[in-house]
Amino acid sequence: MILLVILIPALAGTAAFFIGSDPLRRGLLVSTAIVQFALSVGTWLEPPTPALNGWLAEDALGRLFMTLTSALFLASSFYAVAYLREERSQSHSDFEEGFLFSNAREASFTGCLLFFLAAMTLVTLSQHLGLLWVTVEATTLASAPLIYFHRHHRSLEATWKYLLICSVGIALALLGIFFLAVAATSPGTGTVSLVLKDLLSDAPHLNRLWLKAAFVLMLVGYGTKMGLAPFHTWLPDAHSEAPSVASALLSGALLNCAFLGILRIHQICVASGLVDFSERLLLVLGLLSMAVAAIFITGQVDYKRMLAYSSIEHMGILAVGVGLGGAGLFGAMLHVINHSLTKVMLFMVAGNLLAVYHTKIAKNVSGALQVLPVSGLLWVLGFLAITGSPPFGPFLSEFTILKAALDQGRSFVAIAYLIFLAIIVAGMATPVLAMAQGTPDSNVVVPAGRGVALSAVPAVLGAAILLMGIYVPPVLSRTLHEAARLLGQH
Amino acid sequence: MSQLVNAILVFLLLTGFLLLASSRLIACIRAVAMQGILLGLLAIAAQDGNPSVFGVLLPLVSAAVKGFILPWLLIRAMRDADTAREIEPFIGYNLSVIIGAVALGGSIWLGQRLPLPNQPTSFLLVPAAFFTCLVGFVLLTTRRKAITQVLGYLTLENGVYAFGAAVALEMPILVELGILLDVFVGVFVMGIAIFHINRQFDHIDTGQLVTLSDRVR
Repeated sequence: MILLVILIPALAGTAAFFIGSDPLRRGLLVSTAIVQFALSVGTWLEPPTPALNGWLAEDALGRLFMTLTSALFLASSFYAVAYLREERSQSHSDFEEGFLFSNAREASFTGCLLFFLAAMTLVTLSQHLGLLWVTVEATTLASAPLIYFHRHHRSLEATWKYLLICSVGIALALLGIFFLAVAATSPGTGTVSLVLKDLLSDAPHLNRLWLKAAFVLMLVGYGTKMGLAPFHTWLPDAHSEAPSVASALLSGALLNCAFLGILRIHQICVASGLVDFSERLLLVLGLLSMAVAAIFITGQVDYKRMLAYSSIEHMGILAVGVGLGGAGLFGAMLHVINHSLTKVMLFMVAGNLLAVYHTKIAKNVSGALQVLPVSGLLWVLGFLAITGSPPFGPFLSEFTILKAALDQGRSFVAIAYLIFLAIIVAGMATPVLAMAQGTPDSNVVVPAGRGVALSAVPAVLGAAILLMGIYVPPVLSRTLHEAARLLGQH
Repeated sequence: MSQLVNAILVFLLLTGFLLLASSRLIACIRAVAMQGILLGLLAIAAQDGNPSVFGVLLPLVSAAVKGFILPWLLIRAMRDADTAREIEPFIGYNLSVIIGAVALGGSIWLGQRLPLPNQPTSFLLVPAAFFTCLVGFVLLTTRRKAITQVLGYLTLENGVYAFGAAVALEMPILVELGILLDVFVGVFVMGIAIFHINRQFDHIDTGQLVTLSDRVR
């Protein structure tokens, strides 16, 4: 079972490269996504047996992140099929500079999407830290071609930065894993186990100096990939240049996987009594990320970049939640789900707007509510949700984290958190509302026969976000609490 | 054994300085290839007692990939790109070497600050690994060409690998192979990207990759 959730998308990905027929390949994409999602939901009913000597096993954290990834991928696969149908023609003219460019082969795009899913699933199930590293790097390699789908110089620049910055960051994380191994070595013994369970049970005996160094390196390494400031520089470029469905998956699913890497080493720090050290660093980076996002969202002209900076903000919120500990942990886990659902929806809607308006500049878009009623409405609702307005899901989780800060008497954290959130609401409100309202230019026409999935999928996600704000199902809540307990002190 | 390890490490340090001082791209690629081979030898030599079959085989595979296959890929990328064979750094070679000397001093200091629980085979092990990482960073930040940035990444990776070999860390075979595969595919994908950069821009100067930035109203 545990191997199937990884092997099925990997094999389907390999097959996708060789299938010439478009309908067949698109059918494969969607059916793989459905099967994989069903399998990962199945693990909630019956916990899978660990595989490969316990290197692959599912705990509450893994279950949460894996199911979320599968669900988002399922939604994206329907969207992707409709999107690829629109992108069929041979050459496109660039919206910004007017030159002609072609797309990458659809077969390689689909194949990479499926490999990406396999790699991300593997990340969520890896219990061996070395294996975790290998799989996180694999997600970078599988997703880089996705960014370079539109073959032009801007997407190439974004791909190059993404590849290089993330690979370098990840190399530091590998050094961190070696440091961790040194921390676990006691004089005279040879072999060290890097399986999470063994490290946790051995945690009180770890060498604290080396463990601290290991945490810093892994925080920087995985933090680069997660988009925590000041290591976030690749993120706005990649998210704005990738096709929207890839941006959605990068933001909604990939960043979570990198976050999971940080959570794993945090678990070890908690178990070995270094919790103050790791929490403080997470808090600092979290608040810094929120600050950077607040600065760059204010006055941002490109609405896809605006969403990218919003992802940096929310990664910051997650780091703050974990950095606070206690009730903040539950809030952070809940926020992982809420942010991913909302951000995937927003990127999909942004893709629809881009397809109709042919511009990423917010001020050149107006009257979205008239031109695209569903997408326009979802754009506004998505904005309200992502900035933490009730009654949507993110409100609940952001409030939980704020309350944790207040209950712990950390008024500085709470005030800074609120100020950054307020700046971001103000910064996003102007462009988003101006895009939705007003009268559209007369030359804006909605192409006939646009796929239903392009607006249906984000609408379903929107309903899910609303539901998460009103009612968190008990089975989900139990898993969230269990995940938070894994991260907390025992 | 420790004599051999010391000799390998001294050569590793030298390749670092070679990378910093060299003005020709091909020399840099060869230096990184040399590092790959040295690291393979180091991983074998640093094991005490009787190494297992895989303990010998894996470093050899790694040396083959890093010492021959990747350099071959990079040399091909360089020929395809038909780029000028000069490095064109942002800072001069003399300054690079001075930075290298400072980095070496810092690495030795750091090596003393972080004592290993098990006495390593050679006191040079940890400093050499850190130094190689730092050289990688210098290359990444001060060199302009896409290929030299890949070389910087590889050097950094080599430094990390050297640290792993230094503490004689026995990673499971699956993970070792996974790491090697990731590096290989990573450089391969970067090679493809270089090919596209070259076709797109008629050069591989990453100094030109500056279109994307934040525009503010």
